Amino acid sequence: MQALYAQLLVGLINGSFYALLSLGLAVIFGMLNIINFAHGALYMMGAFVAYFLLNLAGLNYWWALLVAPVVVGIFGMILERTMLQWLTGLDHLYGLLLTFGIALIVQGVFQNYFGSSGLPYAIPDQLKGGVNLGFMFLPIYRGWVVVFSLVVCLATWYLIEKTQLGAYLRAATENPTLVRAFGINVPRMITLTYGLGVGLAALAGVLSAPINQVRPLMGADLIIVVFAVVVIGGMGSIMGSIITGFALGVIEGLTKYFYPEASNTVVFVLMVLVLLVKPTGLTGRAA
Amino acid sequence: MAEAKLAEKPVAATGAEVLAVKDLQAWYGESHILHGINFNVKAGEVVTLLGRNGAGKTTTLKSVMGIIGKRSGSIRFNNDEIIRASSDRIARKGIAFCPEERGIFSSLDVRENLMLPPTVRAGGLSLDQIFTLFPNLKERLTSQGTKLSGGEQQMLAIARILRTGARFLMLDEPTEGLAPVIIQQIGHTIARLKSEGFTILLVEQNFRFASTVADRYYIVEHGKVIDGFANSELSANMDKLHTYLGV
Repeated sequence: MQALYAQLLVGLINGSFYALLSLGLAVIFGMLNIINFAHGALYMMGAFVAYFLLNLAGLNYWWALLVAPVVVGIFGMILERTMLQWLTGLDHLYGLLLTFGIALIVQGVFQNYFGSSGLPYAIPDQLKGGVNLGFMFLPIYRGWVVVFSLVVCLATWYLIEKTQLGAYLRAATENPTLVRAFGINVPRMITLTYGLGVGLAALAGVLSAPINQVRPLMGADLIIVVFAVVVIGGMGSIMGSIITGFALGVIEGLTKYFYPEASNTVVFVLMVLVLLVKPTGLTGRAA
Repeated sequence: MAEAKLAEKPVAATGAEVLAVKDLQAWYGESHILHGINFNVKAGEVVTLLGRNGAGKTTTLKSVMGIIGKRSGSIRFNNDEIIRASSDRIARKGIAFCPEERGIFSSLDVRENLMLPPTVRAGGLSLDQIFTLFPNLKERLTSQGTKLSGGEQQMLAIARILRTGARFLMLDEPTEGLAPVIIQQIGHTIARLKSEGFTILLVEQNFRFASTVADRYYIVEHGKVIDGFANSELSANMDKLHTYLGV
């Protein structure tokens, strides 16, 4: 049983990253109509910013949680202003290819300077150690990642579904021309939205650094699974991408316990099944 | 029963030119839609653009709103040139637009739809005043915007721009596809807004409806304004009008 709980926890951790990343992808897709393939590279940049802050500026993990999303978010907004905005109105394929190219360039640059092996990033002192829950041993840092990710996901959901700013966002997703004709600077809102989605990716990168080390290709490995999660969940819904993210992490964890051979493919098997049965995804709205 | 005043602002004196459109040309991509539109709207007036389908009435409204990408000529609003301004800047100057397709957002509930357009001036209608005008909306606040009936959606589309404080309203075919009793209610609303000093530019196919609210008419044909007359000259112009509109 211990092993089952341990795999469940690993599943929840992975699910946290899936949720944070697919949430950002859903938000970006909604507003910009772009399938952001650079998401994995920006997640990796988040982890590297944390690494630089610690080793070059002496700023610890808590600062990184705050600063990395802002730094990477600004980088993302520059990408949007200089490149992505010109793709408005074109087929999804152009945005996908452009962001895929950006991902390869960013990863190539980091690989050039840091190789492919991982750089260590220590768990912050406050979150070291673990607690014995009776039925399992819970490393505090891992518990923190799950809880913090959940809180960030729910806060993002609240922002988009329950606030005036979120109403602007949802309305502009449907009809940007009319929202602009009401007096809202929609282009600026699109840039900020891209920054928000990218910032969520960077935040996931910081959370991941003490668990998975800091590697130039950490995002490339993860993003493929995240895209499968997005396909399964459907692009249309914020809560859908959060729930699907966590659920698929858990399903992966359970598979690792019951049938480890399939643990790396179960998500893709589900993706194929969902595509066959409901191509818009479990919670997606028809385009 | 004495009805509460809709707006605190004093009724603007008729006469000052609010909107002056000169030689307006507009293009959708490569196709040239407007070939030199000229008209004006004075403070407190209801002006109606009449014309057949595809004459360029909607394109004229959209050009004033800055939604049509390629446009030339001159559009002056309260003496500001806005021909080059982006639509969000134009809205902030106090022009509010109610599109033909109504533009109710399905991912927003009725309250969110109502509260969506930001306030651009002080002096917009309060929610209470809006619910006095459109009692139906109050009961449907938590419904999904697009679950409303066509008439309720039209009321919502008008109601939300009254909140913003804009005093110049452009309504694109507000009666299209609606039942007579709803059309009547919208007619009362427009008359009421006019009496409160709003200035309204209306596009209508329904000439009978327009004649109940309009002060002046312009006839749009093939992307040009080819005629114009006041409501008082209407009976003298009926024959011409029938020819223009083909009714």
